[in-house]
Amino acid sequence: MAVKRRLKDLTFWEKIYIPEIVKGLKLTLENMFKPKFTLKYPEEKFIPGGSYRGRPVLAQEENGEERCVACGLCSRVCPALAIEVQAAETEREKERYPEKFEINMIRCIFCGFCEEVCPEEAIVMSKDYELAFTNREDAIYGKDKLLVPVSQLQDRIEFLRSYK
Amino acid sequence: MSILEIILFSLAKLLIVVTVMLLTVSYLVYFERRVSAWAQNRLGPNRVGWEGVLQPFADVLKLLLKEDIVPSMANKPLHTLAPILALFVAFTTYAVIPFGPNANIFGYNVPLVVADVNMGILYVLALTSLGVYAITFAGWSSGSKYSLLGGIRSAAQMISYEISMGFSIGGVLLLSQSLRPEAIVAGQAGWMWNAIVQPIGFITFVVAAFAETNRLPFDLPEAEPELVGGFHTEYSSMKFAGFFLAEYANMIVAAALIVTLYLGGWQFPYLETFGLSHTLYVIVSVLTFVVKEVLVLFFFLWVRWSLPRFRYDQLMDLGWKVMFPLSLLNIIWVAVLIMVFNL
Repeated sequence: MAVKRRLKDLTFWEKIYIPEIVKGLKLTLENMFKPKFTLKYPEEKFIPGGSYRGRPVLAQEENGEERCVACGLCSRVCPALAIEVQAAETEREKERYPEKFEINMIRCIFCGFCEEVCPEEAIVMSKDYELAFTNREDAIYGKDKLLVPVSQLQDRIEFLRSYK
Repeated sequence: MSILEIILFSLAKLLIVVTVMLLTVSYLVYFERRVSAWAQNRLGPNRVGWEGVLQPFADVLKLLLKEDIVPSMANKPLHTLAPILALFVAFTTYAVIPFGPNANIFGYNVPLVVADVNMGILYVLALTSLGVYAITFAGWSSGSKYSLLGGIRSAAQMISYEISMGFSIGGVLLLSQSLRPEAIVAGQAGWMWNAIVQPIGFITFVVAAFAETNRLPFDLPEAEPELVGGFHTEYSSMKFAGFFLAEYANMIVAAALIVTLYLGGWQFPYLETFGLSHTLYVIVSVLTFVVKEVLVLFFFLWVRWSLPRFRYDQLMDLGWKVMFPLSLLNIIWVAVLIMVFNL
């Protein structure tokens, strides 16, 4: 009959528990004095890196024009049907612009497909994660809230380029 | 002292001890949460008041405002009696533990213990074993299988650890030759602490104390993953709070017992030789007791957040096959000490 053996037999000192218990106690005591991971949230805020997908925003050039050409790809790819775009024409170099661009932030699932599909690098996920609303109307973000200067989005744009 | 004065002083001591006890219990809960957080590299509750010091009051208020649910299958009288019994046992045990030397207050010689009973240790043993009834009643009367299992485990655990606890105390009693807590403390003057004289007894007593208070390496009656809370699964509101407070009050009593029986009680080693005035002597002694008590309590919390829970059969093995023979060995050791050194 085969004798069943453990992979590793305990030594005498391990069998009497006490030294092992002392080791365990030492470990927890050491950890009590290590720096804490907790952020005191409303006072200290989490600053995400470039890979973070926060609220989607529209990039705005230095001269105040938006990059978006209202192709409607983002609204087409959006799995949650959160984006609504209405195109219009102008006399500027880029002939089309979005007359109306609305993202329903209750529907948005922060998947980042809109940003991935955008040919103009116009819709970009920002680092903004503090999104709370008191009613449904407030949650529909129009162009006034969506347009953000490109300079504030450099982190994310560089991250995207490094992965394309 | 006339009878009236004795009653007055006893009432005053009672009031002080109960108030201090209640405050310590609530702050022990807060302390436990902070210590557990530190051990896990977190911060713990720090929002209510400065660094969260008002958290216990918020907790109690929350529990008071909760709905008190009694399951339809429950045995109502016992279901109500159980938490009351648990609290009663936890608080009355403290009565015989001395927390300071005789103090001179307004010209009276007052012993700093609620009741100076000459068989105090027997009283403590009797009451702490009564505590298991509260848990078993709670488990049985809830009409839930999880609670019942918790209650039964608690009873079985108590039987196997009461024995090694009794024998460890036996070693202490052999040395002090008295059941009076005061006499036991007096017998540990200087560095003659029982923890140093009889280390095996100290270890078995501490382990038994952990098992008696249902603290973590031995908290099988309320093992969350297997028994969904065990004996207090069906309790809510203030009845649950009763069990919660009783658990922490039991910890305080167990820590006080460890300090009294093994760590020299309220005595600061060789304090008499420092030539302090009487008032200062009493204050330093009481503070020594508090500091020792807090350190032992911290040890309780520290162990909880370091060690995993024993399996049930391992617990029984440890109780009957290891702790029981060890406590007998301790008695022999003490007997040899008395024989050889005439202690």
